[in-house]
Amino acid sequence: MMPARRRFTKRVATSFLLCLPLSLGVVTSAIAQTKGRDVSIGLQAAITSMDPHYHNLSPNNSMMLHVFEGLIARDENQKLKPALAVSWKATDDLTWEFKLRKNVRFHDGSLFSADDVVATLKRAPNVANSPSSFATFVKPIIDVKVIDADTIVFKTATPNVLLPSDLASVMIINKAYEKSTTEEFNSGKAAIGTGPYKFGEYVPNQRVSLKANYGYWRGEEPWDKITFKMLTNPAARVAALLSGDVQMIETVPTADIAKLSADKKLSLVDKVSNRVIYVHLNQSTEKSPPFVTAKDGKPLEKNPFRDARVRKALSMAVNRDAIVSRVMEGKAVAAAQLLPDFFYGTSKQLKPVKFDPEGAKKLLAEAGYPNGFAMTVHGPNNRYINDAGIAQALAQMYTRVGIDIKVETMPSSVYFTRATKLEFGYMLLGWGTESGEQGSAMRSLLATFDTAKGMGVTNRGRYSNPAFDKLLAAALVTMDDKKREAMIIQAAEMVMGDVGLIPLHYEVSTWAAAKGLKYTARTDQYTLAMSLKPGN
Amino acid sequence: MLAYFLRRLSQSALVLLAMSLIVFLGVYAIGNPIDLLVNPQADEVERVRATVALGLDKPLYVQYWTFLKGAVTGDLGRSFVFGVPALDLILSKMPATLELALFAMVLAVFIGIPLGLVAGLKPDSMVGRGIMAFSIVGFSLPTFWVGLILIMFFAVQLGWLPSNGRGDTVLLFGVPVSFLTVDGLSHLFLPAVNLALFKLSLLIRLTRAQVREAVLQDYVKFARAKGLSPSRVIGVHILKNIMIPIVTVIGLEFGSVIAFAIVTESIFAWPGTGKLLIDSINQLDRPVIVAYLMVIVTLFIAINFVVDMVYSLLDPRVRLGQAAGAGH
Amino acid sequence: MAAEQTPLRRFWSEFAESKLALLGLAVLVVVMVIAVAAPLLAPQNPYDLSQLDIMDGKLAPGEQSAAGKTHLLGTDDQGRDMLSGIFYGLRISLGVGLVSTVFALGIGLTLGMVAAYFGGWADTLIMRIVDIQLSFPAILIALILLAVFGQGVDKVVIALVTVQWAYYARTVRASALVERQKEYVEAATVLALSKPRIVFRHMLPNCLPPLIVVATVQVAHAISLEATLSFLGLGMPVTEPSLGLLISNGFTYLMSGKYWISFYPGVALLVTIMAINLVADQLRDVLNPRLKK
Repeated sequence: MMPARRRFTKRVATSFLLCLPLSLGVVTSAIAQTKGRDVSIGLQAAITSMDPHYHNLSPNNSMMLHVFEGLIARDENQKLKPALAVSWKATDDLTWEFKLRKNVRFHDGSLFSADDVVATLKRAPNVANSPSSFATFVKPIIDVKVIDADTIVFKTATPNVLLPSDLASVMIINKAYEKSTTEEFNSGKAAIGTGPYKFGEYVPNQRVSLKANYGYWRGEEPWDKITFKMLTNPAARVAALLSGDVQMIETVPTADIAKLSADKKLSLVDKVSNRVIYVHLNQSTEKSPPFVTAKDGKPLEKNPFRDARVRKALSMAVNRDAIVSRVMEGKAVAAAQLLPDFFYGTSKQLKPVKFDPEGAKKLLAEAGYPNGFAMTVHGPNNRYINDAGIAQALAQMYTRVGIDIKVETMPSSVYFTRATKLEFGYMLLGWGTESGEQGSAMRSLLATFDTAKGMGVTNRGRYSNPAFDKLLAAALVTMDDKKREAMIIQAAEMVMGDVGLIPLHYEVSTWAAAKGLKYTARTDQYTLAMSLKPGN
Repeated sequence: MLAYFLRRLSQSALVLLAMSLIVFLGVYAIGNPIDLLVNPQADEVERVRATVALGLDKPLYVQYWTFLKGAVTGDLGRSFVFGVPALDLILSKMPATLELALFAMVLAVFIGIPLGLVAGLKPDSMVGRGIMAFSIVGFSLPTFWVGLILIMFFAVQLGWLPSNGRGDTVLLFGVPVSFLTVDGLSHLFLPAVNLALFKLSLLIRLTRAQVREAVLQDYVKFARAKGLSPSRVIGVHILKNIMIPIVTVIGLEFGSVIAFAIVTESIFAWPGTGKLLIDSINQLDRPVIVAYLMVIVTLFIAINFVVDMVYSLLDPRVRLGQAAGAGH
Repeated sequence: MAAEQTPLRRFWSEFAESKLALLGLAVLVVVMVIAVAAPLLAPQNPYDLSQLDIMDGKLAPGEQSAAGKTHLLGTDDQGRDMLSGIFYGLRISLGVGLVSTVFALGIGLTLGMVAAYFGGWADTLIMRIVDIQLSFPAILIALILLAVFGQGVDKVVIALVTVQWAYYARTVRASALVERQKEYVEAATVLALSKPRIVFRHMLPNCLPPLIVVATVQVAHAISLEATLSFLGLGMPVTEPSLGLLISNGFTYLMSGKYWISFYPGVALLVTIMAINLVADQLRDVLNPRLKK
């Protein structure tokens, strides 16, 4: 045979074989990551900065809680609890008094005091280039008075019942860094907080590593070092857990939950979240809303969504249980309002609308649409859990009540701009209530759209009910907690009865961890290392 | 020669200008970044503030003009999402992507061409047919599918290699590279294979096709008749003559490898520019998208230039810059 | 004197020399018949929402639905019969792949030859456009088109054509640059043959072989690209899935044991592409003037 080729093949073969032991040898070092008290966690969304005032975004806020703290913290049910403030009360309608915690030290050793709070309030609304600032939380405070080292008084222009909740979102920084830039926080220089962990390293879009703050005032944490890895691709995230690269992941894809639950090496926890998936019906036009026509394609004489009977029918046609069991694989809870009923301001009387396609058809006929009409279901395909699947399932259900249906889903970068411009008729959307109470959610989604008053800012359905508006507005300035709650509940019952929007379900968040680790799940979907402990 | 070079340079500047304009218009057509960035619970005042902070309140042509002014001095604006200079962000991720792309290209070239040679010289043998079958499978499967299978098999089932991320890096001339560490290589292997598979198959097929043609040419028969050793026939004569279309493809493909590493980087969570680009597209972070394309186009123009030079060296019949029909 | 074979007969007998190519051709014919006759052959119309029932979702191959129908290859998460989905999906994937390749080839070939033959500013202009084109990630183009024009088969084809024509232009130009220097072109020029004639009748056949290789790969690439765009949520509308979209839909279930949602469409895709390539391989060998022994 030709010697040249043999030589050649030999060369190729040997170099190939050389690679094998290399890769095999690597094996052993890559696995076995939990040495002692170090842990790696896989996150679903990338954080955009280590500057706590730069970007008001859930993943960022979740990360900040490791290094910084606010005056007030939220427990796993989003109930307020003391943090850097030991107590707070409204001394009158326009004044709040906060008592601060003594003997708390920052990571650089300096003592926490009221001056740090003042510096924070100055910095928070003014960070350069912020795509979504914390100004909304801090703006209502028109005057700050430091009474002594651990008492501080805030004055507001109008009665502001949500001030404590808003302040829970504002992280306190060390006054020495009031003028620091976002880059200085990202590099760690200014990222000095009072939280349980210290800044280690931040690689944008990739990972964050933190080390324990042994002097933390709440006591010792179980972890020496934490590495957060940003694994946005769901399959990659699951693979990382299965291969041991990380010891816990958040947002387990619903398709994998059954298999992971059966895996003896893993333990899963879940909890219903504050995120409701709902439908806004475009009531802004007099005649046909966009993408809604008669079955022959001609526009309709009136906007069917303005008729409460049509809205009710569209809600009755939805088989919420099927969506929960089939599309969400059980990881959802059918919804009757904007928050699960253990939250503040939710009504225990409201129950999810019953699935009743016959009743829906009757109502449609009553409203003047005995043969239904034609409509397109619009939704995003990369924003909410199984959003594309939900949209398609909804479409199927509407064909059963005589509506001609098309479905269009698109990436959120395209979807939200168009939805905000009201280019759709039937819009699938989601809402996570950060404040943990239903009043502010209703204000954003159901109050009559009025930018000057800051009402109905995200009311894409343009639903408008003056009686409801009045009740809600009154509730939001009632300082007494119990009285306010009763009013909010009343408003909720009113607006859900009138089907201001169609609530579908609340997302259930799932975390998966290696056996031997226990995660205390949260309703705000945050993944906090402080809630992860060794044990069963 | 110099005139040619200058002409290419000015044309390149024009290309960059056209690209940036297209991206500005394109991203503008897609959607408003504010809708994605501003927390939905924030009020209208906050929306307005954010719009102004990011410079999006100004008319499009003013924004473009501001961008141009900055671009001349190397400032391509700040990322809407991260707040840091876009160019810095891209350049910091570039080494990871280049490393992946180069490794993949090396795998493809050094495995593909030899295999293609074998398949072309012995097209009817078992080996030859086997290689062709493999190449067909190689480019039939979508990259993302192959990627997940690789992860499932090697990382999850066998546990031989890590499933995602980049390994430990060391500094080489000030640039962090991971292929010099064992941990780095283990992380590099699967994504590189994933990325290389398609190009590999392409190169096998191309080389085989070219070799089969070349073997029938007179000059090969003549060389053999002269009694030249087979390796010289293959290595010097055949190889050199088939290199032109192959070099073209390699040059083309390298640019596309960098650009299309997007999916591989996404699945393997490889912290390169591809992953950054996808995230930026999804969030309409225009400055980063523009910066990425500027860098890629520049890189690509450079590659094209090099490819043109190389095959003018390889094939003395090709004269650059000459009009058709002009006499010698 | 023996009867001369017509060129077609000769071509066929040369083509038939490879059994593998014949197999590929047979498979391709079957695939095309399925694609064209899908509405007649498929047990269910998977694009008709009223025929789907989400309660029948994720049935394993061979299982029966609530209505008593047996699904040979199971169902996907929306209750779509996989067999029907594959038939209709073949239709779309094949159609999109072929149409976009033909258009891209046509445009790229013409422009590449024009650039190579005429040189000068035509060459410069075309090649610079190629440069711009090739540095644009397919995703970005697709996203822009989607935003401006909406979803649909035609927009996907346009996006694929826009992404692919530059490959052909580049490769053709490289070959043509070489050909242009050859004697036969000089001879043709001296004979005062018109430029288009020289380009298309004389240079083109010699530029074809590397082009055919690229085109072969590109059909597969087009289909694969459409699948990738679907993976990113861009390609076909969710209710009219192509094979690519079926694969990416079933992706999420691959690791949890419901392999059939992604696996069977993947097999269909693989078989189709391999068949195309087997046929194209032999075609190329037969057509290649330089391989004439």
